[in-house]
Amino acid sequence: MALSHDEVLAGLAEIVNEETGIDTDSVKMEKSFTNDLDIDSISMMTIVVNAEEKFSVKIPDEEVKNLLTVADAVNFITSAQG
Amino acid sequence: MSHAKLNQFETVRFSKIYSLGASRGHLRVTNDEIAGPIDSSDEWIRQRTGIVTRARADKDQSLMDMAVEASKEAIAGAGIQPSDIGAVIFSTISHPYQTPSAATLLAELIGANPAPAFDISAACAGYCYGIAQADALVRSGVAKYVLVVGGEKLSDFIDPTDRSISFLLGDGAGAAIVGPSDEAGISPTVWGSDGSHWSSVSMTGSLLDFRDGEAGWPTIRQDGLTVFKWAVWEMVKVAQQALDVAGIKAEDLSALVTHQANIRIIDELVKQLKLPESVAVARDIVNTGNTSAASVPLAMHQLLKDGAVKPGGLALQIGFGAGLAFAAQVVVLP
Repeated sequence: MALSHDEVLAGLAEIVNEETGIDTDSVKMEKSFTNDLDIDSISMMTIVVNAEEKFSVKIPDEEVKNLLTVADAVNFITSAQG
Repeated sequence: MSHAKLNQFETVRFSKIYSLGASRGHLRVTNDEIAGPIDSSDEWIRQRTGIVTRARADKDQSLMDMAVEASKEAIAGAGIQPSDIGAVIFSTISHPYQTPSAATLLAELIGANPAPAFDISAACAGYCYGIAQADALVRSGVAKYVLVVGGEKLSDFIDPTDRSISFLLGDGAGAAIVGPSDEAGISPTVWGSDGSHWSSVSMTGSLLDFRDGEAGWPTIRQDGLTVFKWAVWEMVKVAQQALDVAGIKAEDLSALVTHQANIRIIDELVKQLKLPESVAVARDIVNTGNTSAASVPLAMHQLLKDGAVKPGGLALQIGFGAGLAFAAQVVVLP
């Protein structure tokens, strides 16, 4: 069953926390991965791979550069779940 | 109709690595020295790559100089004579001649003439490809001792303004002597390629483009994130397969010696493989940079030199890079 936006956000926050140590409460929809959360491109790729596994979705490499904010990622994952 | 019986090579049961040799570019190039043209900083480069300095050769130190130095150390360490060498394999992508091969000149310069000699182009997987070839040549009885060299002078093929890979690259050569053994010293190699990502690590143009004025001097480029993803999550599977076919578990290892591409790849591989802390992890990239085909033997040589591992222990070595090509095997440390 497809997960809701809130459920995807919570799962994504856990992944971000595991990769970077950033508190899960700080991973909010409006946050920018690079500017607000200070996540570099290599960590972002690690987060993407873990998200693919956790949510059973495929996030193409060329799509990653479009995922600027947490909301971008949550929306992409939610719609990719079908 | 009967015919005369043919002789074939007598096979040998096992092979091993007898010794290693190492040579690095004489220069130690700091991050501050190269940060300007890529609008970067020492801190940024350390954080993204782990590199503090990279070894580079100046104009007076050639790829062949480094290959000869590393080979001589390996030959001496093996306790054999150059004339005992039955084949010379040189893995490189930076030999500046289309032909003849680097290996034939190396064989001549170290006194191994008339040994058969040939180059391998498998980029950062090149040394592990070479060990696979040497293992096969020794066990099939084709050659008793094989010299394998991974050597690069990548600084001839970099662009100081390139932010994708040039700033990672270093120069050096690593050498190994492979020969017959009473016990298994080299596990079955897990190797392969994925040409669907042929352009992920490549050159800015071909030599024909350069000749025709359609491209500048060809330099190396990569799609870093695609390569990072492949190098971690696909190579974890390859590394696990190598352990499985070797018949050992991660906790049996003394060392993990990966291609020294980027410390973030190394750290993520360690995490994904769930290696116990008892396994020494080669991080020669910190001081040497990424030397492509030379990085695995240089890193293993350094672990042994530092006393971080002892001869006789087991090391998983894995090379991966342009092609995309990869190879992994477990070896007994010389």
